[in-house]
Formats: sequence, C-alpha cells, structure tokens
Amino acid sequence: MKPALMKRVVALSLFATFMAYSMYVYTAGTHLPQAVAFHAKVSAGQRLFQENNCIACHQFYGLGGYMGPDLTNVISATGKGPLYAGVFIKNGTVRMPNFHFTDEEADAVIAFLTYVDAAGKYPAENPRIRWYGTVEDAK
Amino acid sequence: MSDAADNDNVGLWFILLGLCALAGGLVFGTIGASQFLYPGFLQEVPFFKSRPLHVSLVVSWIFLAAVGGIYYYLPRHCGLKLFSDKLARLHFWLFMVTGLAILGCYFSGRFGGREYWEFPAVLSIPIFLSWILFGINYFRTVARKRDTWPVYLWMWGTGAIFFLLTFSEAYLWLFPYFRENIVRELTVQWKAYGALVGSWNMLAYGTAIFVMSRISGDDRPARSNLAFALYFLGLTNLMFGWSHHNYPIPNAPLIRNIGYIVSMSELLLLGRIIWNWRRSLSTYQKYRHQQAYRFLFASEWWIFLNLILALIISVPAVNLITHGTHITVAHSMGSTIGINTMILLASVFCVIEDRVGIRLPAKYSVPVRVGYWLGNGSLLVFWVALIGAGLGRGTYSGGSFQEMMALIRPYLLVFLVSGVGLATGLLLILAPSIRLIYALGFRDRRLVAAVAPPMETTG
Repeated sequence: MKPALMKRVVALSLFATFMAYSMYVYTAGTHLPQAVAFHAKVSAGQRLFQENNCIACHQFYGLGGYMGPDLTNVISATGKGPLYAGVFIKNGTVRMPNFHFTDEEADAVIAFLTYVDAAGKYPAENPRIRWYGTVEDAK
Repeated sequence: MSDAADNDNVGLWFILLGLCALAGGLVFGTIGASQFLYPGFLQEVPFFKSRPLHVSLVVSWIFLAAVGGIYYYLPRHCGLKLFSDKLARLHFWLFMVTGLAILGCYFSGRFGGREYWEFPAVLSIPIFLSWILFGINYFRTVARKRDTWPVYLWMWGTGAIFFLLTFSEAYLWLFPYFRENIVRELTVQWKAYGALVGSWNMLAYGTAIFVMSRISGDDRPARSNLAFALYFLGLTNLMFGWSHHNYPIPNAPLIRNIGYIVSMSELLLLGRIIWNWRRSLSTYQKYRHQQAYRFLFASEWWIFLNLILALIISVPAVNLITHGTHITVAHSMGSTIGINTMILLASVFCVIEDRVGIRLPAKYSVPVRVGYWLGNGSLLVFWVALIGAGLGRGTYSGGSFQEMMALIRPYLLVFLVSGVGLATGLLLILAPSIRLIYALGFRDRRLVAAVAPPMETTG
C-alpha cells in the first residue's frame, strides 16, 4: 500500500472508531445509575445555575472552578442538606456574591442540587484500588 | 512585494488580535488569582466574571495566534495562495465582532454558564460559522498541493475539523436527551472539552513542527514516518484520552478504562523526549540566538514536565487524590502557557524574524529576553505552588471548605506572587511583539525600517 493511502486508511479507521465510540458514550455508556427524576423545578434550577455562572466557582464531580466547594453531594452530606445549602444560596458569603434569589428561585436551585446528588457519590466512598492502578466501586 | 506578502496581512491581523487577547487574559487572570486570596478585591469584576474573561481571552489567544500563523505561512512559505482572501477577512471580522459581544456579555453578567464557553449559547453560532469559513479556506487551499503533505498540514486540518466537531458536541446539552441526564451531560461535556484541547494542541504542535522546519531549513523531519506515527498517537489521544477527566463520574467502567489505557500511551512520547535529550541540547546551542527557537526550546521543557504530571494524574488511583484540585489547574496552566503559549510565541517571533531579521534592536530584544526568563521562572514556581495546593486539598480529610482553604493559603500566596511575575514576564514579551506585528500588519514602514533594513520577501 502506498504511504499516502496508508495514512488515509489509518486516519479514516480511527475516525470511524471515534464516531462509534461517541455513539456508545451518548447512549449505553451514560445511563443514570438509578431513577432520578428531572422535572420542571429541576430544569428551572439548572437554568439559574448556568445563568449565574455558578460553575465558575463550584464543581460537580470535581469539574468546575475552585473558589467554592464541590456541590455534587451537598444535599446528602452529613451536617449539610437543603436548609444548609439554602442559606448560602439566599445570602451569599464573603467568597460568594448574593444573587438576590427569590424563595422560589432558591428552591429551584436546591431541587437541581438534589437531582445531581441522587445520581452518584463524589468522592468515591469505598474505592478499591487494583495493583495496576484502576479503581473499582468508584461510583 | 509579492502577492504572498500582500495576502498574508490577514494572518498578521489574527496574530495581533491574539497578542492583545493574551494581554487582556493575563490582566484578568491576575485579578482572578488575587480574588482567590482576597475575595473582596475589585468587586466591579467579581470572580465569576474575571474567571470567564481570563479563560475566554487566553483560549482566544491560542486559536487566533495558531490560525493567524496558518494564514500567514500558507501563502508565504508553503507556496499556497489562499483560496479566498475575502473569506479570511470575513473570518477575522466575524471573530472580532463575536469576541467583543462575548466580552460585553461577561461584563454585563450575561452567561451561558458552561465551563470554557461561559457566554450565552447564541454566540456559539457566529463562532461556528467563522470556523466553517476557516475550514473551507484551509482545505480548498491545501487541496492544490500536489506532492505529499508534511505532517503539519495534516495537524492543522485535524485541528480545524475537530474544533468544529467538539465545539458542536459541547452544545449537545441544549437537547433535553443530554440535559436531563446529569451523567450523560457531564460525560459528554468533558468529552467535548478534552477533545477540544486536543484540537488546539493539533494546531499548536503543527505550528511548532512548521517553525522548526523553517528555522532549520529542513522539511524532511515533518515528512518522516516517525512524525506521522506521533501524529496518529496524538490523534488517538485526542479521540479517546479525554475520559481521564471523567474517572469519578458514574458512567460505564469501559469509558474510564479506555481513558486510562490511551493516556498511558503518552509514555511513548516521554520516552522519545528523553531519548532525544542530547540532540535537543545541541540544537539549542546551534539556534539559541533566534528568539523563535528559544521559545520552542522552552516549550520542550514544559512538554517534558507536563507530560510527567499528566501521566501521574491519569492513573485512576492517583486521580482519586488529585482530581478536582489545583493539580488539574497546574496541568492546564502548564499546557496552555508552558506549551501552547511558548510554541505560539515562537511562531510570532518566526513571523517577526522572517520579516525584519533575527537581530532585533536592543529596545525590542532586551524586554523579550528578560520576559522569557522571568515568565518561565515564574511559571515553574506557579506550577509547583499549584501542585502543592492541590496535594493539600486532595489529602484534606475534614469536611470544612474554609478550613481546607486556610490550610493551603501559603501555597496560594506563592501562586499569586509567581502569577504576577508570570504576567509581568509575558507582558514584557507582548509589548514589543504587538508593536512589531502592528507595524508589519498595518504597513508602518517607518517602524519596520527602524528595526531592520528594507523588508525582503523570503520564499
């Protein structure tokens, strides 16, 4: 096979594999681990979370900015919960601006955080590390 | 002046705009770093605004400088007149106007609230269109090349295609199917961003190979089997290596395992760097008087350091501690500043030295030399401080965020001071670069003549 043709074959094969893998990621690879309801209030909270650029300071599963804490399990964490989160959402702190949310808006953001919380645990609670470096039961 | 020289001004405009974006990005980065320690600092631009301003401007710098270099090099040095100068100019103005609209949105507090692309989603449309214009122009231009393509032409084309793919993918959240499943939403988001970084790396590394070919006057390494093997290794990492960002997300184990295996393939790159170490040093001795080469040499060091860090944090067991900490920031700063920015500054000086010669007057070369050492030295301290802060955060076992922040405060202080040093160093490099690229792009003959004898076109 000529080198130029060989390069094209390799590139196209890689691209085809990439597309097939992407389809897997979009479907079977990313099922929610348990039934988590996404309703209108969650949707409103998600919209508020994005419009106020909360991800600039906070993270889900460690992804986002580091000015504030990770919020993945703020609702279920010991000593925290919806009321705890609500105080911050409504009033802000020295590090967090007061966005002047109405009670309804704050409830929507809490509903969104509750929805995120129900999907999994971060960090992993009982990770089992294999000798080759992988981690099991990291959900 | 040749046709090529007449046509390559649009490339210089892109580079000039990129240099200005980097200067702005450094200012907002310094403000953001200060706010990390002193949250009340400059409340007119709070952290949730300074961070996106910093990120978007620096990302713009990378794309603008890379695209500008491609528009400049194709007609002037690859013998490929652009398919359409009008399309290139339209690309520039579309980018410019969209960029200003994005800055306006950030200042006025209108956000789309997505990592990297924090502007309202509607502004993604002109960005997408501008890359379509670039893609048409690029592929219609290089399609005329009859002999085999050197690897950098492959890399630039790959960067353009994957930018469009990953940029589109980053907006799949607009569809309820993705938005209403947090696992899918986060996985696809980081799939898109991981590959997006891969796409700009393709543009930057392609530029590095091109610049090295120009400096050495030897195009053969860019056509070698080894160059293409490394290109395909990079492409594989672009396509499948992104999931090392995703280890904690409860998606399918297969996704995480593929990310781990593919990430470890970068050990081959590390081995190659170590194998070539002596040759790199002798090349440095040969070309060290050229500003362009010195920046390339700095990028090699940063590739080495950052590759080691990337390999370590890509091991899932280590990632348990380092994920979601400042170590991730250290890695992204090492990549965007240490590698991409050094390569693109090499490209900027390749353009300058191409037009005005390698012996710049002291008023230009001295600030560049001081900025080079101050910038790289500060970046090293900055990088180590972030790793220290990340280890502090990752190993903290208490439940108080405030307590953890107090614990890592000494590291953050070093991060801030070295960040100011880094910004100062880069601004020292940018000031003469902006002046010279402006003079070249806008035909300031008086300034160009003051720097060098009458311009001559090199082929």
